[in-house]
Amino acid sequence: MILDSKIPEGPLAEKWDKHKFNVKLVNPANKRKYDIIVVGTGLAGASAAATLAELGYNVKAFCYQDSPRRAHSIAAQGGINAAKNYQNDGDSVYRLFYDTIKGGDYRAREANVYRLAQVSVNIIDQCVAQGVPFAREYGGLLANRSFGGAQVSRTFYARGQTGQQLLLGAYSALNRQIAYGKVKMYPRTEMLDLVMVDGKARGIITRHLITGKIESHSAHAVILATGGYGNVFYLSTNAMGSNATAAWRAYKKGAFFANPCFTQIHPTCIPVSGGYQSKLTLMSESLRNDGRVWVPKAVGDNRAPGQIPEDERDYFLERKYPSFGNLVPRDVASRNAKLACDEGRGVGTTKLAVYLDFADAIKREGLEKISQKYGNLFDMYAKITGENPYEQPMRIYPAVHYTMGGLWVDYNLMTTVPGLYATGECNFSDHGANRLGASALMQGLADGYFVIPYTIGDYLAQNPTTRIETSHPAFKEAEAAVRADVDKLLSINGSRTVDDFHKALGHIMWDYCGMARNAEGLQYAKQEIRKLREAFWSDVKILGTNEELNITLEKAGRVADFLELGELMVDDALNRNESCGGHFREEYQTPENEALRDDENYTYVAAWQYTGPNQPAVLHKEELKFENVKLTQRSYK
Amino acid sequence: MAGNNPNSKPMNLTLRVWRQKNSQAAGTLETYQVKDISPEMSFLEMMDVLNEDLLRSGVDPIAFDHDCREGICGMCSLYINGRAHGPERGTTTCQLHMRKFSDGDTITIEPWRAGPFPILKDLCVDRSALDRIQQAGGYISVNTGGVPDANEIPIPKPIADKAFDAATCIQCGACVAACKNGSAMLFTSAKVSQLAMLPQGQVERKTRVENMVAQMDKEGFGACTNIGSCAAECPVGISLENIAMLNREYIGASFTSENV
Amino acid sequence: MSWFSKTFSSSIGRKLLVAVTGLFLCSFLVVHLVGNLQLFKGDGGASFNIYSHFMATNPLIRTMEIVLVLGFGFHIYEALVLTRRNKSVRPVAYAYNRPQDNSNWSSRNMGLLGTVILVFLIIHLYNFFWRARFGEPNMIPIEGTDYDDLYSVVVQSFHLWWYVLIYVLGQIALGYHLYHGFSSAFHTLGLNHKKYTPAIQKFGAFFSIVVPAGFASMPLYFFIKDVVLS
Repeated sequence: MILDSKIPEGPLAEKWDKHKFNVKLVNPANKRKYDIIVVGTGLAGASAAATLAELGYNVKAFCYQDSPRRAHSIAAQGGINAAKNYQNDGDSVYRLFYDTIKGGDYRAREANVYRLAQVSVNIIDQCVAQGVPFAREYGGLLANRSFGGAQVSRTFYARGQTGQQLLLGAYSALNRQIAYGKVKMYPRTEMLDLVMVDGKARGIITRHLITGKIESHSAHAVILATGGYGNVFYLSTNAMGSNATAAWRAYKKGAFFANPCFTQIHPTCIPVSGGYQSKLTLMSESLRNDGRVWVPKAVGDNRAPGQIPEDERDYFLERKYPSFGNLVPRDVASRNAKLACDEGRGVGTTKLAVYLDFADAIKREGLEKISQKYGNLFDMYAKITGENPYEQPMRIYPAVHYTMGGLWVDYNLMTTVPGLYATGECNFSDHGANRLGASALMQGLADGYFVIPYTIGDYLAQNPTTRIETSHPAFKEAEAAVRADVDKLLSINGSRTVDDFHKALGHIMWDYCGMARNAEGLQYAKQEIRKLREAFWSDVKILGTNEELNITLEKAGRVADFLELGELMVDDALNRNESCGGHFREEYQTPENEALRDDENYTYVAAWQYTGPNQPAVLHKEELKFENVKLTQRSYK
Repeated sequence: MAGNNPNSKPMNLTLRVWRQKNSQAAGTLETYQVKDISPEMSFLEMMDVLNEDLLRSGVDPIAFDHDCREGICGMCSLYINGRAHGPERGTTTCQLHMRKFSDGDTITIEPWRAGPFPILKDLCVDRSALDRIQQAGGYISVNTGGVPDANEIPIPKPIADKAFDAATCIQCGACVAACKNGSAMLFTSAKVSQLAMLPQGQVERKTRVENMVAQMDKEGFGACTNIGSCAAECPVGISLENIAMLNREYIGASFTSENV
Repeated sequence: MSWFSKTFSSSIGRKLLVAVTGLFLCSFLVVHLVGNLQLFKGDGGASFNIYSHFMATNPLIRTMEIVLVLGFGFHIYEALVLTRRNKSVRPVAYAYNRPQDNSNWSSRNMGLLGTVILVFLIIHLYNFFWRARFGEPNMIPIEGTDYDDLYSVVVQSFHLWWYVLIYVLGQIALGYHLYHGFSSAFHTLGLNHKKYTPAIQKFGAFFSIVVPAGFASMPLYFFIKDVVLS
């Protein structure tokens, strides 16, 4: 099968406009004859559901949380990028496009990224119209701040809660459509399978998390906006419930999974404190605007931070990257923190942390100004660690935060399964091998508000309005399969808990497929994951029945999928014999320990096809063509 | 252990936890012991430890709602030792840490209790009533596209800041849980105030407050008597002033709107 | 339902009625207190008896009396409706609850305080108002005209220790009721502003101390003067 990315012809800047003109339209009167399923209600899902309902489609929206507003987009802190150039500092659509391509280490599609930069400006307009309370200047106009990987101020923000405010905007738009009856909302409902009829996505099978009821839902198209798979690592900044199940089951039904090894390790998280730890908490990247990252110069220097004199500190980011300093992209910052700790210069009791110091900023701007900017983050840090970051430097360490990989989609955001779309973090499309800060919110909303509403019409217009009843054999078969999976899990009655397996998987992934990887470790990890997966299916302990709120059963299904996805990530990491962005293969680095790309052999998207249980996935390559930017070694020096 | 707090000794605790099989079943407080709890743990991590123990010994683990575990999604709840989200002010249960407790403590853990929040199982309650209040008018009716440039709507910074403060509500329901009257006024007022303050919210200002209050009443929440426990227990510090503003908006709208 | 009845049967509408009638009753308290201060005049009750006579016979006052009764009626009725509704919202109580950590006792017990005040009010009305209006008190000549000697009824009553105690307790309840109620009424009316609310709260606290103290001083004055010191 040849992957057709369906990138429109013509100059980069005209592709999207041309495409919008060329796509087929659904007549307004016919839109009400089409049903669309949207799974996930984060930025990408809620915005898509609301917008499609506004257009007249009948939408069914699903989320596993008790309310659509709880999707994990809500936890995004720092901001959202847009090429508004309100600061008159030289920003433009092209610059945002260029920064994103470069930040992604040249592993993203030019056309997608350019479109993202184009619609970024509309997102801000839309959110403001919805009443999103962005930060403002005293003149009443919108404020911006700078973010990693960029030299212009293009990030719009709402204190440290930008994701929350944007999601509440999308949630309000969704609520309006729920009230109108155009969206039917299914909270506490988890998608467990995709249903295909005649080779097209025509519905999903769900389980209600309170009653355990397994149900079929039919539609003309299905959109997955189910987020990323960072929880493969057990510890991540994702929510506890964030999972890959919907995407993974779609993969098993024929949707290709692209670049699974591209995971982002965020440099500024609160370090792990003990084995009981259930999740990691991010400290917004915006802190790097004012905080200075350092470790002691000497190995084994155990003095308290205040006792270490200025000339015995190593501000390693400022030293190595004088032009970007503490604002280098995330992958670079994370890797350097790891290097410092590997050298034995880490701080805190675990020695797996570096300092993020605000003393100079407080001296320069005053306590009040710093508190205004970062008050809520400082409070959060104090609550979790019991330490006061106004008085002593924060301790931070990288943590799994975002997954650039995801379901392969074409320019229309359609997967390799006709009628199945993937938006937001769930797809692979815009961030290449590394995502820049404040770009996830931008992509989620771009996909949901401004891309999918156009592109899905093109598909629907070419398909009949005929509905398929859920009594169709395809639905009955899928339901039976889901029920069989659940029964199988419940019948194992082993001795190890689901969390136990999940933690074990997390350790393997973090140690061998985390911030640094090598072929030998990856080979080992692959074997270990297989063993663990076998152990899981013979020894996992799940109590209770399907017909109740069963938290262990829910988790077990998700972990079972992580145990398969983990192996695919390892396969992908093994296949990619180069370092790029978040994928750092120790065998491929420059003498200065920077990622060494192999553009000749790996300028492609690795899209994996499922071939059956315990069968090796088949690799398909989508060559990336760079017609507008020149591939260079990324330099932030 | 990672904190620079070498004096943190593990604790043994007695937990009294509300167990209820489902919404129909009768519930009861069960007593459990947990051992070697690190003061660096979050409260929910302590619950995880208990659940792992229960699971291993063949007892159904305790169901409680939680998701982001960083204090922003609003999914966690729990009435801990007589307080919504526990003893620390301005903190959700997921951000509450065990260093707030001492070795040998007995901790009582109950679900939110209010008629409009029926218990689903153990400590999980159904808070969809709050969503329905939002659906009644907590939005500005603009379709995607066709909106003016963002900077065409200048908003004075103090107003933008105040609107933001109101907009930070996480819809956890602690206000209802803590209120003697089971009132959802603080919750409803936060959204009404946010949108009433902003220029974008003016068009639907009156209808919005009328519909949201009507829905709030319909859901069966109690009436506000200005006790103030809601704001005191709100993990994100939504101010009581919003309730005054809601009252003002509602009275004004009732007498002047076009809706008869 | 008409918009009017919809408004006043909503939770906020009912609360609005409680607030408006409450503030109206506050104004009554001031009038009542100022009038009764004549008990302290030391003229053997002449001014007080003339004042009582005026209050009982003036047509305007009589009209206001009806308004006052309505005010009490609405205040009590609406508060009752709300309290019943609020009680039903939490059918299962918390096994362990610490509301004292997040709110004032008085604000949580307005119903209880109101009931105490109501009981007091019934006793108070029966003893003075009822007797003044329908009873047969002794007549006393003042400047040639015969007046009901209500002053003596008051003074006599306040010689009984338990009666004084009822009054003092009633006023303490009123004080706590006002401590929450006064500023709360403004809050309910939506009259909240950075500049004025702190002043309203301060005045509310002042009001809740001074008015009940003024009322309580009357029985205490006569009890101490005529019983304790004689």
